[in-house]
Amino acid sequence: MNALAGDVTRAPVERKEFEVVPIDATGIGSIEKPLSLAERLADNDLLRKLAILVVLAVVWEAYARFLGNPLLFPTFSETIQTFWRELTSGVLLDRTGVSMQVLLIGYSLGLVLSAVFTTLAVSTRIGTDLLTTLTAMFNPLPAIALLPLALIWFGLGIPSLVFVIVHSVLWAVSLNTLSGFRSVPEVLRMTGRNYNLSGVRFVMKILMPAAFPAILAGLKIGWAFAWRTLIAAELVFGVSSRSGGLGWYIFESRAELETAQVFAGLLAVIVIGLLVESVIFRTIEARTLQRWGMQR
Amino acid sequence: MANPGINAGVGGGAKAPSPILDVRGATLQYKTPKHLVTATYKVDFDVYQSDRFVLLGPSGCGKSTLLKAVGGFMQPVEGTIRVRDRVVKAPGPDRMMVFQEFEQLMPWKTILQNVMFPMQATKRFDRGEIRDRALAVLDKVKLSKFIDVYPHMLSGGMKMRVAIARAMAMEPDILLMDEPFAALDALTRRKMQEELLSLWDQTRFTVLFVTHSIEEAIIVGSRILVLSPHPGRVRAELNAERFTHENVDMPEFGLLMKRIHGLLFEESEPVPEPETEAVA
Ligand SMILES: Nc1ncnc2c1ncn2[C@@H]1O[C@H](COP(=O)(O)OP(=O)(O)OP(=O)(O)O)[C@@H](O)[C@H]1O
Ligand SMILES: [Mg+2]
Repeated sequence: MNALAGDVTRAPVERKEFEVVPIDATGIGSIEKPLSLAERLADNDLLRKLAILVVLAVVWEAYARFLGNPLLFPTFSETIQTFWRELTSGVLLDRTGVSMQVLLIGYSLGLVLSAVFTTLAVSTRIGTDLLTTLTAMFNPLPAIALLPLALIWFGLGIPSLVFVIVHSVLWAVSLNTLSGFRSVPEVLRMTGRNYNLSGVRFVMKILMPAAFPAILAGLKIGWAFAWRTLIAAELVFGVSSRSGGLGWYIFESRAELETAQVFAGLLAVIVIGLLVESVIFRTIEARTLQRWGMQR
Repeated sequence: MANPGINAGVGGGAKAPSPILDVRGATLQYKTPKHLVTATYKVDFDVYQSDRFVLLGPSGCGKSTLLKAVGGFMQPVEGTIRVRDRVVKAPGPDRMMVFQEFEQLMPWKTILQNVMFPMQATKRFDRGEIRDRALAVLDKVKLSKFIDVYPHMLSGGMKMRVAIARAMAMEPDILLMDEPFAALDALTRRKMQEELLSLWDQTRFTVLFVTHSIEEAIIVGSRILVLSPHPGRVRAELNAERFTHENVDMPEFGLLMKRIHGLLFEESEPVPEPETEAVA
């Protein structure tokens, strides 16, 4: 109260005006604050994620030991041992190779089809209607539900697998790509048309790069869908093929009650998923979206 | 006065000066599902070689629409738009657009690639000379140091310079600019206006410039078309060749500003046109 009452004159604090020549700024480029080791470690993406994995592994090991039932839940160390044994003996690599081959065929086929569909969709109105209708119909349909049909049409073998993978990739990627195309800024479209770009050239040179964030997101989702679909399809795929893929390996191991091998197979599925996400897609992102300032 | 023929070699003939851009009775409309919006109504004007022709008018009077029509992005429902005696039917590199939005630059291309892109895409120039032309024009807008960075690393004013450089490198018949400096701060805007004028002094290009700032119109323009409020109709055409930044303080400058202000905001007709009409 006293302080307020004393504050009669509301004049601002009086200060002198001044002008100076700005201080010398040559050599400003070398100003760099060295980071401490701890800061640098905490800054490392990979390291932080590794730390999470280590914690998970410890929890797993502890719980499995507490349970003490290797038939139901093998320990982490046992799983790793089995994984290593199967890897070095070549079995896991073989199985992964088989799966990968089918996967890549299906994935690329799906992408090509999706490129055709979306190009049609942005160039013609009937193409848009076709794509949106088909996507609305088929996107909610789980790819696995088509497996029986695929078996009738293509028999037991790679074509059936490719069919279901294409189905799982095509709609997810198309949906993302189309919505990416639609959100390309109007001035960028007008700029492209100003340069006489049209049709496929317009799609390739303007829409695709401008919508690349959405396209890349679609590619990732498509990849995950394809991978899941493949493993699931292999699991129910029956017996005839002697050199099945990873899914079949998991199925076989379960039949032989080799629970540690089941876990090793699952681990392989996870490791491949992680590798693709954190190596391939991360690299693409760093080389494109981040360099272009389209993603932080 | 808007006097053509300053750049004697460009016209390439001894003909009487004919306009580069000839807009005759252009009525432009938007058809939306519910309404028919008339943006401009029976607008006439001519732009000659080396004009700095300004479209000035209140917000919503159809300046951008008019520019888009000249660019070939929409067709007049009535009247014609001719560039060099050819009726405008579609967008083309003879009329390069510069927009207000920074999004017009391609974020996936470096500055140099951005400037080179239209020259490559339209094959208007020999492949060997494209890079040199791009470097030369980037030098003119003082961006030589930044040719290898991506647009997101530039300030707003620098991005706008890239867009202008990109359009100028194409040597279009006419440069179309839609409020190019409106998104910039006052200081940068002033600097950009000066730079545009000095670029014009060097090459005497023809430019159609949209703005809703009276001051900018007088400084940048050599001739000003004043449009009425919505729907845009011709209100006046004035000369402003005499004025630059230097004589902002001159009484004549103030008088012209007042005059345009009056043209824009005084009620000239008792019954304003309805905003929209139902589709028949
Ligand atoms: N895409 C569109 N669809 C329907 N109406 C539109 C569209 N674009 C503009 N209009 C209408 O046309 C009229 C003129 O718009 P325009 O953008 O040309 O104005 P402007 O003079 O450029 O205004 P500003 O100075 O605010 O940019 C406005 O009434 C606007 O509502
Ligand atoms: Mg506008």
